Amino acid sequence: MIPAIKIEQVQKHYGNLQALRGIDLAIEQGEFFGLLGPNGAGKSTLINLMAGLIRPTSGKLSVMGFDVQTQYRQARHALGVVPQELVFDPFFNVREMLRFQAGYFGLGPENDAWVDEIIECLGLADKAHTNMRKLSGGMKRRALIAQALVHKPPVIVLDEPTAGVDVELRQMMWEFIKRLNREGHTIILTTHYLEEAETLCSRVAMMKHGQIIALDSTANLLKKIPGKNLRLKLSAALPETLRPLLRHEVGSEYMLALTEVAQVELVLSQIREADIVVEDMQLIEADLEDVFVDLVGQP
Amino acid sequence: MNLISSEMRGPWTLFKKELLRFWRVSFQTVAAPVMTALLYLLVFSHVLEGRVQVHGVNYTSFLIPGLIMMSVLQNAFANSSSSLIQSKVMGNLVFVLLTPISYLEFFLAFLAAAIARGLVVGLGIYLVVILFIDLPIIHPLLVLVFTILGSALLGAFGIIAGMWADKFDQMAAFQNFIIMPLSFLSGVFYSIHSLPPFWQEVSHLNPFFYIIDGFRYGFFGVSDMSPVVSLSIVALSFFAISWLALHMLKSGYKLRG
Repeated sequence: MIPAIKIEQVQKHYGNLQALRGIDLAIEQGEFFGLLGPNGAGKSTLINLMAGLIRPTSGKLSVMGFDVQTQYRQARHALGVVPQELVFDPFFNVREMLRFQAGYFGLGPENDAWVDEIIECLGLADKAHTNMRKLSGGMKRRALIAQALVHKPPVIVLDEPTAGVDVELRQMMWEFIKRLNREGHTIILTTHYLEEAETLCSRVAMMKHGQIIALDSTANLLKKIPGKNLRLKLSAALPETLRPLLRHEVGSEYMLALTEVAQVELVLSQIREADIVVEDMQLIEADLEDVFVDLVGQP
Repeated sequence: MNLISSEMRGPWTLFKKELLRFWRVSFQTVAAPVMTALLYLLVFSHVLEGRVQVHGVNYTSFLIPGLIMMSVLQNAFANSSSSLIQSKVMGNLVFVLLTPISYLEFFLAFLAAAIARGLVVGLGIYLVVILFIDLPIIHPLLVLVFTILGSALLGAFGIIAGMWADKFDQMAAFQNFIIMPLSFLSGVFYSIHSLPPFWQEVSHLNPFFYIIDGFRYGFFGVSDMSPVVSLSIVALSFFAISWLALHMLKSGYKLRG
């Protein structure tokens, strides 16, 4: 089967800055794929290249087998992009904007039923005739998602879609996106919320300094971090003997990486010997954030 | 039945959106320029009527075509340039850039909307003026051709300015230091034969002069230059500016990095 996205040796330079340093990546049809990395890692650059918003310095990209440069019409038909910024056209209401967007893709009144369905599914029905300027941030975010879906693209890219979105809306959005994925749409997601990627994505690429530093199924990436995390809140500083286990600390809270549960007893005995009181304690499974921290070096 | 094929629907939708964009704020985009032109007319005709005749035409009548065309040109420019700079600054241009619309279709849609605004403003001024002044048109087709070509030239110019400018300040500079002087010094208010020889020569380098002169010929059948020469120069200017705009769009200048 043709990959939904194929990226071959893609480089992007801005003067001396190497935003992408030779990316190779294939995302299969029907995948729920996560693109993770700190700010400046090159995630948005990669998405903008897929969307044809910028041009690569070298290398090739295709969407559903269509070259992004030479077969841009077909490639753009196959792709729906939800941009990171809350951009909108202040002259129009939600329904007008969606119909215009469908029109840009060559779709006319025959597509209105689908536009109405998206409006309904994303909870925009009572705002359909509201000017985009007057929508709340959450509603604007929904409208952006709706805009990316008007032409029923098989591949949907969501660039940090839940940034600044409340929990309720986030849940609603993910239910809708999961439904699209079940219906066969390929979903590519960038997010700072690693638990989202862990819950939703079947495969993840981690980027740093314009390169992919890890690419695997979420399950395999999680296996790379064995054992558990022990979160401790202590009455005094962590004893020096336990420092080698420290993953990170915030104030009087410490996160220790354990290779096995039996280590808990050892940790607690050393804390007792140092005459330190444990104010709170929690044993946590290692998650994608730990993998991320291990590889990228920052949460 | 769909009158527009799906291939044409993209640029057609962009054109419709651009039309609606200026029509939604028609007080600003249509009524205001009509009002400004009428104020110019009122003041200049009051001061100079009876004292000046140009090409055997009384001054008020002479002034009207120039004022109409000046408004047509400024508004055609404003339409494409302001739409582009606004959507660049607001970030919503991305919605068009993500679509299969080609650079040529993008150009044609913006150009057609600029022409439409030029025509609406020009017609608006004309309809209000003829309520008060008898203004026959000797060559209506020529009037229409110069209106369309003039708006098209400035619409294309507006696309270039909209792509080039990164902020409203730069756009204002483009408008105030290029478009305004070119339109004011194009013979709107005078015949260039009333200028010293040096400034007559300088005026011949201004493409706006030929648009206004040819347009005026359509009304009175008299002009500073032959209408054929004016039409050729305006058409050539349009093709040159369009070529530049298309070249910039194709390369993705400041639109696609």
